[in-house]
Amino acid sequence: MTTATDPAGEAGYADHPPRMGFFTDTTVCIGCKACEVACKEWNAVPADGMELTGMSYDNTVGLGANTWRHVAFIEQRKPLAAQDPGMYHDTDVLAMAQRGAGSAPPDAAMTPTTPGTGGGGDGDFRWLMASDVCKHCTHAACLDVCPTGSLFRTEFGTVVVQEDICNGCGYCIPACPYGVIDQRKDDGRAWKCTLCYDRLGNGLEPACAKACPTDSIQFGPLDELRDRAARRVERLHEAGVTDARLYGENPSDGVGGDGAFFLLLDEPEVYGFPPDPVVTTKDLPSMWRHVATAAATLVAGAAAAFLGAAKGR
Amino acid sequence: MNSQQQARPGREAMTGVATGRRRRGRGEQPVVPDTEFTSYYGKPVINGPVWKSPDIPGYLFLGGLAGASSLLAAGSQLRGDTRVATAAKTGALGAITLSVGALVHDLGRPGRFVNMLRVFKPTSPMNLGSWLLAGYGPLAGVSAASAVTGRLPKLGAAATAGAALLGPAVASYTAALVSDTAVPAWHDGHREMPYVFTGSAAVAAGGLGLLADGERASTPARNLALFGTGLELAASRLMERRLGMVAEPYRTGRSGKLLRAGELLAVAGTAGGFLSRRSRLARALSGAGLIAASALTKWGVFDAGIASADDPKYTVVPQRQRLREGS
Repeated sequence: MTTATDPAGEAGYADHPPRMGFFTDTTVCIGCKACEVACKEWNAVPADGMELTGMSYDNTVGLGANTWRHVAFIEQRKPLAAQDPGMYHDTDVLAMAQRGAGSAPPDAAMTPTTPGTGGGGDGDFRWLMASDVCKHCTHAACLDVCPTGSLFRTEFGTVVVQEDICNGCGYCIPACPYGVIDQRKDDGRAWKCTLCYDRLGNGLEPACAKACPTDSIQFGPLDELRDRAARRVERLHEAGVTDARLYGENPSDGVGGDGAFFLLLDEPEVYGFPPDPVVTTKDLPSMWRHVATAAATLVAGAAAAFLGAAKGR
Repeated sequence: MNSQQQARPGREAMTGVATGRRRRGRGEQPVVPDTEFTSYYGKPVINGPVWKSPDIPGYLFLGGLAGASSLLAAGSQLRGDTRVATAAKTGALGAITLSVGALVHDLGRPGRFVNMLRVFKPTSPMNLGSWLLAGYGPLAGVSAASAVTGRLPKLGAAATAGAALLGPAVASYTAALVSDTAVPAWHDGHREMPYVFTGSAAVAAGGLGLLADGERASTPARNLALFGTGLELAASRLMERRLGMVAEPYRTGRSGKLLRAGELLAVAGTAGGFLSRRSRLARALSGAGLIAASALTKWGVFDAGIASADDPKYTVVPQRQRLREGS
């Protein structure tokens, strides 16, 4: 497999803008879901309904036809370096207000950010929040298996579905190793993030990145984002956050690197990501070879069945 | 999406803990040691197939029946056994018509099938399959029409030969169709799946031949069923052994039951084909059983794929293991 990072060039765009993508830094995600809402607003994506899942604050569950950005909420009994979870049940808030409100923060005995000593778990609880999105793979299985050519590679190196050509065969859905693209129930066609192709063409950044208040979602040329992400991981490691790692940025991984990659604080599967995704069409040559030999075996078997019958008489 | 492990509200919904394993069936030995793994609230990692149940497993089964029947038709014609040849030709046409009907039903309307022929795309087994069906369907049609009406025998013979040429591809390409997905039980079995499918197709065609009766004819038909049963059993055993824990859906649950029933029926039908030389009724019963066996196999494979996609364990554990071994 090639390790090209210029999918637009490979798709035949001779002269094209740099490959654009997302870097989602989950360490600064505050779980506000502005990205989910902005995406729905800009792309006119239908509502998913009002269902409470009981999964922390996550009521959208995962990516699908009507959820192109999904914010995951992970509750863990693990310490997060330098973060105080503030889970103290014996805090006297009235006393706090009395002492803290009139004092300058450095003089106050207790403030909401330094609640004093005592109380239960000292930082053994953390919340991870992460905004998931289509990965816009370098080797995209959905694009490969689409029988109609409805999915195509844009000049920005991203992957987009043309809804007027999609015939709802649903092949791209189980082909995606990340579980991104899905079928919309009322029209049967497949839908997913377009990385706001319409906005990119007009020099704008995607709606989710624009709406993100903490710059957890960063948009830009992929090379630039990769440099920035590498520096960020280095800084986090220096600060003692040794769990910080990049996911999907490596051009030599099973999908040739993602156009949308992530900075995570735990194993990918904790966030619902596959630990080692591989483009499903990687094995297609081998599949066709086995199909050919199996077909030949069937012909041989049938021939033997008739020859055996002739001899047996 | 029916995840087996629904997250419960409250503390039990915590991630980062190994989700509970379902209890194994009575008396079954675990194949691999229980594996600890983490996931996001036990939710599936991949989006499972949205293909509907009678349609797509039916499509897989009918394509196999049609493809292998075209071989039986050509052989019987060479052998001068018109009765079985005509039955196999009309059977192939009927099966492929129903098969395309099932596909169109899954798509929603006929225009969506034609839409697949707007491009030619070797990276998409479904696209190549559509072209294959577009070539095979008319050949099977002409072959059957000529056999039934007795007109244009030369054209009929040519169409029969053409259908026999494309038939094995029709019976086997569907293995690439299902394997070329991220569905663990399907993708990981991509080496053996084509043999499981062609074996199952031979079982179905052998069954059709036995149903059509004819004193001479049942000999090649039951031979074909014997060959198909052997190939299917050997390939599935090989596949299950190589897949390790990912093969669990092939043995357990509804899919496991369907596959086991299919295997038993295939063996029983083949045995019946050999023992029922004198009884026309027993031959017909064996034939029907063999056709049902092939359908059960395809349904079982289909259901096993869905089950493996719904449980994140089958996606996460093998990939985690691959990473551990690779680094």
